[in-house]
Amino acid sequence: MIDIIATFIKQAIIQGIPLLYGSTGEIITEKSGNLNLGIPGIMYIGGISSVIGAYFYESSGVDLNPVLCVVIPFFSALFGSMLMALIYSFLTITLRANQNVTGLALTTFGVGIGNFFGGSLSSLFGEGGSISLIRTGECFKATFPFVENLGLFGKTFLSFGFLAYLSIVIALVASWILNHTRVGLNLRAVGENPATADAAGINVTRYKYLATCIGGGIAGLGGLYFIMDYIGGAWTNGGFGDRGWLAIALVIFALWKPKHSILGSILFGGLFIVYLYIPGLSRSSQEIFKMLPYLVTILVLVLISIRRRREDQPPASLGLSYFREER
Amino acid sequence: MNKEMKQHHEQHLRISKRDHMVFWKSWLIHVTAILLALLVCAFIIVLITGYNPLEVYSSMWEGTFGSARKVWLTMQETAMLLCISLAVTPAYKMRFWNIGAEGQTLIGCLATAACMIYFGNRMPVYLLIPVMFLASMAASAIWAMIPAVCRAKWGTNETLFTLMMNYVATQLVSYFITFWENPVGSNSVGIINSISKGGWLPELFGQKYLLNIIIVAILTVLMFVYLRYSKQGYELTVVGESENTARYIGLNIKKVIIRTLVISGALCGVAGFMLVAGTDHTISTDTVGGMGFTAIMISWLAKFNPIVMVLASFLLTFLSRGAGEIATALRLNQSVSDILTGIILFFIIGCEFFIQYKVSFRFHKKEVKG
Repeated sequence: MIDIIATFIKQAIIQGIPLLYGSTGEIITEKSGNLNLGIPGIMYIGGISSVIGAYFYESSGVDLNPVLCVVIPFFSALFGSMLMALIYSFLTITLRANQNVTGLALTTFGVGIGNFFGGSLSSLFGEGGSISLIRTGECFKATFPFVENLGLFGKTFLSFGFLAYLSIVIALVASWILNHTRVGLNLRAVGENPATADAAGINVTRYKYLATCIGGGIAGLGGLYFIMDYIGGAWTNGGFGDRGWLAIALVIFALWKPKHSILGSILFGGLFIVYLYIPGLSRSSQEIFKMLPYLVTILVLVLISIRRRREDQPPASLGLSYFREER
Repeated sequence: MNKEMKQHHEQHLRISKRDHMVFWKSWLIHVTAILLALLVCAFIIVLITGYNPLEVYSSMWEGTFGSARKVWLTMQETAMLLCISLAVTPAYKMRFWNIGAEGQTLIGCLATAACMIYFGNRMPVYLLIPVMFLASMAASAIWAMIPAVCRAKWGTNETLFTLMMNYVATQLVSYFITFWENPVGSNSVGIINSISKGGWLPELFGQKYLLNIIIVAILTVLMFVYLRYSKQGYELTVVGESENTARYIGLNIKKVIIRTLVISGALCGVAGFMLVAGTDHTISTDTVGGMGFTAIMISWLAKFNPIVMVLASFLLTFLSRGAGEIATALRLNQSVSDILTGIILFFIIGCEFFIQYKVSFRFHKKEVKG
C-alpha cells in the first residue's frame, strides 16, 4: 500500500513539473499585465527547440560530452521560447494588439511548429524515421548517485533529474523577487496600474518586455523537461497534450503566487493521473476524473471572485494594452 | 560617437491615435499585410523544403478549388467557421472575452448526438429535427450562461472561466463516448444511424452541405442586422464601450451580459447541431477541431463586422485546406497549415496598429537658443 502511495506521489510530482514551469512563467508574465495565452505554444516550442538542438549535436558525429548534451538543448529551449515571447511582446506591447487574439495565434503557431519539425526533422535533414535522442535523455534523467541508499523517501523525493529541482528553485526565486525586491514591486505596479507606474518613473515598456520574455523562457523549460526527462528524448506529435492550458489553470489555482504553485503543481499532477490509481474505475468514470483539475480551477476562480480578498485578485490591468497618450 | 548618439536622441517618434481612416486605405493596409505574410511564408517554405513557392501556392489553390467536391468542402468549412465566429461576436462586442466557443459548440454537438442516438429511430423526422435543434441550442446556451452569471454577479474573470469550461466539455464528451461507442471497444461513436439516417439533415438539390451553407448565410444577415440596427445590439455595444456610461443611462448591465451570452451560446449550439446532424453524423472530442479558437481571431480581425467575417473565415479555410493539400502533395507534415496560419495572423494582428495609430517622425534638430 505504502509503495503504491509513494509511486503515486512520485508520479504526481513528475506530472506537476512541466505545469510548474509553465505556471511560474505565466505568473511572471501576468504580473506585468500581459495575459499570455500563447503559453501552450511556447511550451511546445521549448520542447521542439531542445529536440532540434540535441538532434544536430547528436548527429554531428563528435564524441558526445554529457555537459554539452545538457547545455545545448537547455539553451536551445530557452532561446526558442524567448523568441516566441518576444513576438508576443512586440505585437501586444509595441503594436498594442489584442492580447487574447495574439496569444491564441501564438499557440496555433507554436503547436504547428512543434508538430511540423517533430514529425519531419529527420526526413528534412537526416535519413528519416522517428527521432530518438536517448543519449541526451539519459543526461537529463541523471540523478544523485546516492539515491539508491536512501530508501523509500529517497526514491519518492530525490530520484528526479536536475530540471525538477530547478523548477522549484525558479519558483522560489520568482516568489522572492516578486515580494521582497524593488524590481518585484515595480513589476507588480506595472501589472496593477501601468499609468500610475509610468507616472512614478517606472519604464513600463521595459518591464513588460522583460517579464514576458523571461516568463516565456521559463515556460519553455517545461517543454524541455517533458521531452528530455519525462519522455527521454523523443517527440510524439501532440504528446504534450493540454498541459499548457493546465499550466494557465494552475496560475489561477495558485492565486498568482509562484510559491503556492509548487504544491499546486503536485496536486494538479496528482489529479491528472489519479484515475490510474483508483482501483475498479470503469472507463467512463475515468473520463470524469480527468475533469477534476479544470473543475477545481473553476471552483477557485469563482470563490476568489465571491470573497473579493484584495491579495487574491488577478493583476488589475491583466489583458489590457497600455498606451500612455490614451487617458 | 557622442554626436551620433545625440542626434539619435533628437529624432522623435510620435505615435498618436487616428480618428478615422478612409475605407480604401485600411483595406490597402490589410491586403499589404497579407501579401507580406505570404512572402514570408514563401521564404520559410523555400528555406525548409527547397520547393518552389509558386508551385506550393498553386497547389494550395488546387486543394481548395480543384474540383466541385473540393469547392463544396471549402464552402462547408467556411460556413462552419463563420457560424462560430458569428456566435462569439456579440459577446466580444460587449468586451466579454469568451474563449469558450470550442466547448460551447462541443456541448451542442453532444446534445444533438444524444437526440440522434436516443430518439433517432423513434420520432418522426418533422419532430426529431426541431427537437435536436432546440436541445443543442439550449445545452450550449446553458454552457455559456454559467460563466456569464458568475461574471455578472461576482465579476469572475470570464476569460479564464470559459477557457476551463472547454476542457470540462471535452471530458464530458469522452465520458459519453464510452457509452455510445460503436463498435464496442473502438472508443469512437461511428456513424450514427448509418442505415436509417435518423436525424440527418436532408440534402438539398443533391448537395449534402447546401442546407448548412444556407442556414449560415441567413444567420450572417440576421447577426448584421441585430448588431447594427436592434436595440439589444446597441445596448451591448454601450456596455462594451463603457460600463459606467451604461450604468448612467440606466441599462441593467447584468441582464445585458447574461442575455448576450445566451445568444452567443445558442448560436454555438446551432453550429454544433449542423456539425453533427449535417456534416459528420458522428461525434468525437475533435468534432469542433479548434474552430472555436480560430473563430475568436476571425471575429476580432473582422472588427466584429459579420460581412467582413465571411472573407476572413474564407481566408483561414483556404489556408488550412490549401496547406493540407501541399502537405500531401509534397509529403510534408499536416501541421504546415498551422504555421502558415500563425504567420498570416501575426501580420494581420500587427497591421491593425497602422490603422489605429499614426506614426510620425520628427527629424529636425533642436533649435539653438541665443
